[in-house]
Amino acid sequence: MDLSAINPVLLIASLMVAATPLLLAAIGELVVEKAGVLNLGVEGMMITGAIAGFAAAVESGSPLMGFVAAAGAGALLSLLFVVLSQIALANQVASGLALTLFGLGLSALMGQKYVGVKPPAMGRIDIPVLSDLPVLGRILFSHDIVLYFGIALTAVVWAVLKYSRIGLILRAVGENHEAAHALGYKVVKIRTLAILFGGACAGLGGAYISLIRVPQWTEGMTAGVGWIALALVVFASWKPWRALLGAYLFGGITVLQLNLQAAGVAIPVEYLAMSPYLITILVLVILSADKSNAPASLGRSFHASR
Amino acid sequence: MIRLEKRPQPSRAWSMATPLVAVLATMVMGGLLFATLGKNPVEAIRTIFWEPVFGEFAFYYRPQLLVKGAPLVLIAIGLSLGFRAGIWNIGAEGQYIIGALTGAGVGLAFYPMESWIIFPLMVLAGAFGGWAWAMIPAVLKTRFGTNEILVSLMLVYVAEQFLASMSLGLLKNPEGFGFPGSRNLQQYASAHNGEIIAGSGMHWGVVAALIAVIFAYILLNRHMLGYHIRLTGEAPRAAKFAGVKPARLVLFCLGTSGALAGLAGLFEVSGPSGQVSIDFNVGYGFTAIIVAFLGRLHPVGILLAGALMALTYIGGDIAQGNLGLPSAAIQVFQGMLLFFLLAFDLLTNYRIKLGTEGAL
Repeated sequence: MDLSAINPVLLIASLMVAATPLLLAAIGELVVEKAGVLNLGVEGMMITGAIAGFAAAVESGSPLMGFVAAAGAGALLSLLFVVLSQIALANQVASGLALTLFGLGLSALMGQKYVGVKPPAMGRIDIPVLSDLPVLGRILFSHDIVLYFGIALTAVVWAVLKYSRIGLILRAVGENHEAAHALGYKVVKIRTLAILFGGACAGLGGAYISLIRVPQWTEGMTAGVGWIALALVVFASWKPWRALLGAYLFGGITVLQLNLQAAGVAIPVEYLAMSPYLITILVLVILSADKSNAPASLGRSFHASR
Repeated sequence: MIRLEKRPQPSRAWSMATPLVAVLATMVMGGLLFATLGKNPVEAIRTIFWEPVFGEFAFYYRPQLLVKGAPLVLIAIGLSLGFRAGIWNIGAEGQYIIGALTGAGVGLAFYPMESWIIFPLMVLAGAFGGWAWAMIPAVLKTRFGTNEILVSLMLVYVAEQFLASMSLGLLKNPEGFGFPGSRNLQQYASAHNGEIIAGSGMHWGVVAALIAVIFAYILLNRHMLGYHIRLTGEAPRAAKFAGVKPARLVLFCLGTSGALAGLAGLFEVSGPSGQVSIDFNVGYGFTAIIVAFLGRLHPVGILLAGALMALTYIGGDIAQGNLGLPSAAIQVFQGMLLFFLLAFDLLTNYRIKLGTEGAL
C-alpha cells in the first residue's frame, strides 16, 4: 500500500471532474421536481446523452457538437416522459422506469459501432498567469469549459428559482397545481418545459462521462450515476447550492475509492467499488427524516377536470 | 378539440384490451425499428413471435419458454403486490443475485455430500437471502422514511459487486484452474435443480412460479391482507381510516417480493445457469417490472405476460442468430412495450371526447 502515491491536488481536480456529470443531472432533476414532477428516467436520459454525444463528437470531430447533440437527445427522450406523464397521465414512477429501461436498450443499440473508438479530446481552458499558479491553478483554472458551465448553471438555476417570476410560477406549480391552475397558469405546459430542461441537463451529464470523464463508450457506462443524482436532489433538499456540495462530496468518494484501488489498499476492489452506493444509502437515511422542503405536489398527475 | 373526460370507474374492457393493443403497437413500431436496422420487419417479427412456438425447431424452444418465463413470473408476482399498494421495489435484480448466492452457498457448503435434504435447504436459503436483502429498504423505509425506490436500486449495484467478489473469492471452484466462477451445480446431483420431466423444461422454479400465481390470486381476492394492499393502492385515505398499518404492508410487500426474487435466483443458478459467475444474472429483475405492468398487476395476467416476455427473449435469440438482429434491439423492443402500455392505459381511466360541448 502506498498512500503517498495519491496527490491531493490532482485528487481535488479529478474530484471536480467526477462530480460534474452528477451535478448536471441533479440540477436538471431539481428543476423538474420543483415543478412537481418526479422523473425517474434520469439514468436512461443520461446514458442516451452519453452515446448521442459520443457519436456526434466522433462523427463531427468536435466535442462541443457532441454536447449539443447530447442535450438534444436527452430532451428528446424526456419528451416521451412528457407524453406518458403529462398527456397520457400515466403513473410517474412507472413512466420513469420505462424511460430508463428504454434508454439503456436504445443506447446499447446506438453504441454498437462506437465500442473501442476514441472521441476527440476536449481542450482545457488555459488562462495566462492564473492557470500557472502553483496549486490553485490546477484546481480552479485549468478545467474544460463544461465543468464551469455546470457551476454557472447551478448559480443561474438558484437565482431564477429564488428571485425571478418564472421561478415563482414554477414553484407554485410544484407546490399546488390546482391553485396554480386556478390562477391561470398552464400547469402542463410549465411542467413540460421543466421536464425538457431536465432531459437536456441529464443528456449533458451523460456526455460528460463518455467524452471527458472516461473517455470512451461502453454499454451501461453511467452505472447508476443517474440514480445517485436522484438521491442527490433529496440530499440537497431541493436547493441548488446544496446539490453542488453533494455532487462534490459524491465525486470525492468516487475518486477517493478509485485512488485507493490504485494505491493497493488491503480492501478488495469490489468492496471499494460498492462504497459510493452504500454511502448514498447512508446519506438518504440520515436526511430522510426531514421532508419539509419537498414540493407538495411532487409525483401527482394533474388533469384539469371540473 | 380533443378532450379527456375522467371515467367514473376504470373501464374493465379497456383494462383487458390495453396489453393487447400495446403488443400490437409495439410490433408495428418494433418492425419499423428493425427496418431501419436493415432487417425485413415482417420476417423479424415472425421470427420473434412465431418461430419459438410453431417453427421448425419449436421442440427445442418450447421448453425454453418455461425456463425463461418462470423467473420472470416469480419475480413479477412479488413486485405486483407492492406496486398495487404504491410500494416500489425496483431492486429485484439485487435480491435475485443475493438469493442465488446464499442458496448456492448452502449447496456448495455441503459438497460433496449427497442427501435429499440439501436442495430444500438451498431453496430456503435462497428465499431467505432475497428476503433479507429486500428487508434493508423495507426497514429503512419504515424506520427512517427513506425512499425505497432509491435504496433498493442502489443495492442492485452493491449486490453486483458482491457477486463479483464471491465468484472470484469465497465461492470460486477450487478445482477450476483459477477461472472465476463456482463449481457447476449441474454436476452435483443433490444440489441440481434438474428437469422434473425430461425434455419439458419443467424445473422446480416453474412449479414455484405456478404456486406463487395461485397464492397471489387467493391473497388478493380472498384474504384481508390482499384487500388491504388493494385498498392502500386505490384509496390511501380510506385505508388509513380502515386501520391499515402502512409499515406492516411495506415489510410484507418488500419481504415477499424479495423472497420470490431470491427463489428465482436460486432456481436459476442451480438449474439452467448452473454456476455462480460474475455475469450469470441477465436482468430478469428489471424485465420483471415490465412483466408486472403488462400483466396489469394481476396474477393470471402476469402469467400470460411472463410467457410473452419469455417469447421475446427466445425469439430475440433466434433473430440474433438467423437475421443478425442485435440483442440490444430486443431490449429496446421490451422497453417500447412498457411505453405503449402506459400510454394506452389512458383509455382505461379516461374517455376521449371530440368537440368542446359541455366545456364552460
